[in-house]
Amino acid sequence: MTLLTMMAVVTVAIVVQRNLFAVVVFGSIYSFLMATALVALDAVDVAMTEASVGAGMSTVLLLTALNLTRGDEVKPLRRPLLPLFVAIVIGAALVYGTFGLPAFSDPQAAIHLHVVPRYLVDSLRETGVPNVVTSVLASYRGYDTLGETTVVFTAGAGVIALLRRRRGKAKQ
Amino acid sequence: MTRDLVLRVLGKVLIPFVLLFALYVQFHGDFGPGGGFQAGVITAAAVIFYAIIFGLPAARRFAPDRLVESMIAAGVLIYGGVGVFGILMGGNYLDYFVLAHDTVHGQERGIFWVEVGVAFTVSGVMTKVFYQFAERRRVVDEA
Repeated sequence: MTLLTMMAVVTVAIVVQRNLFAVVVFGSIYSFLMATALVALDAVDVAMTEASVGAGMSTVLLLTALNLTRGDEVKPLRRPLLPLFVAIVIGAALVYGTFGLPAFSDPQAAIHLHVVPRYLVDSLRETGVPNVVTSVLASYRGYDTLGETTVVFTAGAGVIALLRRRRGKAKQ
Repeated sequence: MTRDLVLRVLGKVLIPFVLLFALYVQFHGDFGPGGGFQAGVITAAAVIFYAIIFGLPAARRFAPDRLVESMIAAGVLIYGGVGVFGILMGGNYLDYFVLAHDTVHGQERGIFWVEVGVAFTVSGVMTKVFYQFAERRRVVDEA
């Protein structure tokens, strides 16, 4: 509860703050709080990813990008009433959707009865890897992870292609 | 490059441990939290810290562009290669059971190489993207 309150406070701070440097730092703080929340939920692998990618890597990349632009957010020309309305409606729909979810950590929830018991029981015998997250990620769902790696590769290639062309133009 | 002595000394002392931790996360991922993705990000983070403290040219001497770029492609190739190797050994694509005489051993071997591939691609992409951003500043300044 404390964590969620702190995350809400940080979110409000991000919205209110106009200095982009402060926004990036608040974003990093938010990621660390999120990582702590994930540790509290026993999702250590995800927490590690959140701490290293969310708090570390994206903060550094945003700061280097900030180096290239101006440091303050420009005031919007019009009052963003329509976007606010859309955001509130979607937010309300999402909250309404949570009422249909099974109770938190309910062992009888549908997601815990499908393939999860099989992974938990047979993973060590079949793969010899004690960390079920690793065996699911790399073996049972090997195709998904291959797709994921290809996505990272494609994204990297895209960024390289975009930023390289600019450099060529600057030289001419 | 920063002239701050504390940062430079601390960076020199700590960056090897960051790299060591990345290796630990990579190879201990079977037993504890972590795996290729996290290890790749931590490796890239070590290079980026080095670039921030000692300057981009110093980091480029440690991890040249050619190496970083080939790592991006090599990771996907290693991952895909594990799958093709499974076919060659008489199984399906990405079938690890056939990679060794013992099926459990084959699984461990397959997972190991797949994680190596993920780590290569992720650390390569992260480092390269940072290089691109950090370098644009310089180009803009010169223009």
